[in-house]
Amino acid sequence: MSDRQQTYAKVLGLIEPFNKKGVAITEGTRFAQDLEWDSLTVLDFVANVEDEFDVLISMNMQAEIETVGQLVDALERLAAARGS
Amino acid sequence: MADLFSKFDPIIQQRETLLETGLTDPFNLVMEKVESPTVAICNGRRTILLGTYNYMGMTFDPDVIAAGKQALDDFGSGTTGSRVLNGTYAGHRAVEEALKDFYAMDHAMVFSTGYQANLGVISTIAGKEDYIVLDIDSHASIYDGCALGNAQIVPFRHNDLDALEKRLKRIPEGAGKLVVLEGVYSMLGDIAPLKEMVAIAKANGAMVLVDEAHSMGFIGDNGRGVAEAQGIIDDVDFIIGTFSKSVGTVGGFCVSNHPKFEILRLVCRPYVFTASLPPSVVATAATSIRKLMHSADKRAHLWENSRRLHAGLKQLGFQLGTDEPQSAIISVIMPDLETGAAMWEALLNEGLYVNLARPPATPAGMTLLRCSLCALHSSEQVGEILGMFTAAGRATGCIS
Repeated sequence: MSDRQQTYAKVLGLIEPFNKKGVAITEGTRFAQDLEWDSLTVLDFVANVEDEFDVLISMNMQAEIETVGQLVDALERLAAARGS
Repeated sequence: MADLFSKFDPIIQQRETLLETGLTDPFNLVMEKVESPTVAICNGRRTILLGTYNYMGMTFDPDVIAAGKQALDDFGSGTTGSRVLNGTYAGHRAVEEALKDFYAMDHAMVFSTGYQANLGVISTIAGKEDYIVLDIDSHASIYDGCALGNAQIVPFRHNDLDALEKRLKRIPEGAGKLVVLEGVYSMLGDIAPLKEMVAIAKANGAMVLVDEAHSMGFIGDNGRGVAEAQGIIDDVDFIIGTFSKSVGTVGGFCVSNHPKFEILRLVCRPYVFTASLPPSVVATAATSIRKLMHSADKRAHLWENSRRLHAGLKQLGFQLGTDEPQSAIISVIMPDLETGAAMWEALLNEGLYVNLARPPATPAGMTLLRCSLCALHSSEQVGEILGMFTAAGRATGCIS
């Protein structure tokens, strides 16, 4: 698996406990509209993602992230920034 | 033409549905006459006020009123200007001196409202490369201060020490850090573990701003707030407060010991680009603040009221926001908006005004009946209030 695929797989695992409606997840799945997460769910999910990847995802960044794919891209960028 | 108002349709619909049931609009109450800090006439009826922020009952204090009238005579009705141009009168300086004495701090800066104090200080001191770490349940004025500025915003779970520490440790080395906390969180009336949180912030090189709007006047030995009560006020870099609660008028402020604090008067836009408070307002505020320094008896009575109401409501079977009374706010948790609105109306019909609070003001989508006590509520009034809760609770089926 490529790094990106690994990141995607990890993100899917983190979404799972919050996917109460059992929505089929793709890269295009939107957190607010499709998963219908409220702000507290988002906070908990983001905290888990931050812990898993040891990164900080500010609200400024969250505002740009609507879909699962965009989150994976953002995590890849954060990893690249740290590696450089 | 796209109607810019169509985005409000869901809330318009929700409101109409609620009012169609014949309920009184909870967000449109008019007080026809205000008799005292604890009693007003609403819909022609004598109503006990249990939903104001008049914690110390200063709004009708004779010395406060006299100071306001004198200032109207001496300085006129308004300043018509910015603090940095023609809007600083002797009274504005005097109220800042009163704040410095009240908090025993080197600097005090008065804004036109508490909202603007948060808006101004937060947006100005945290710049583009800086990080603001804030409690998720922070007041709207704190979030709006973040939105007005350019810093990176990082929220953490309410009062969670580990969550705060983890986030601080992940901030890139060398970045400026501001931790924003509140002493009392106004929706549930719970307090923050400031002692531990401020220690974590300091250990990680962050500056700390604490909003003590709902604690001034009655928490801490000198009424300086939760930071004083927990013994760490000297480690707090900025305290934000308001005149619209215990002080009993309107206005906001920031006090600090930062040696460069005064420069904010020139660079803080919500301070510069608005008119200053009217002379009568700053005169009433200064008088009230100086009286609040010597109000130990009133503080003790307010706490007695808070403990009694909390215990009484708990005994009646209501679900409350905190297990123990932590402030002058006692929040009754309602199962949903419909029940909350029905209970609110039943209480009003009994002759009691409380706040109906709903999202987005409340955490976790809760509907709350928020009760805020006053040092001038008599013991008899607290007894009356509990009687009204009993009647309204039974009428609406909230309690058995």
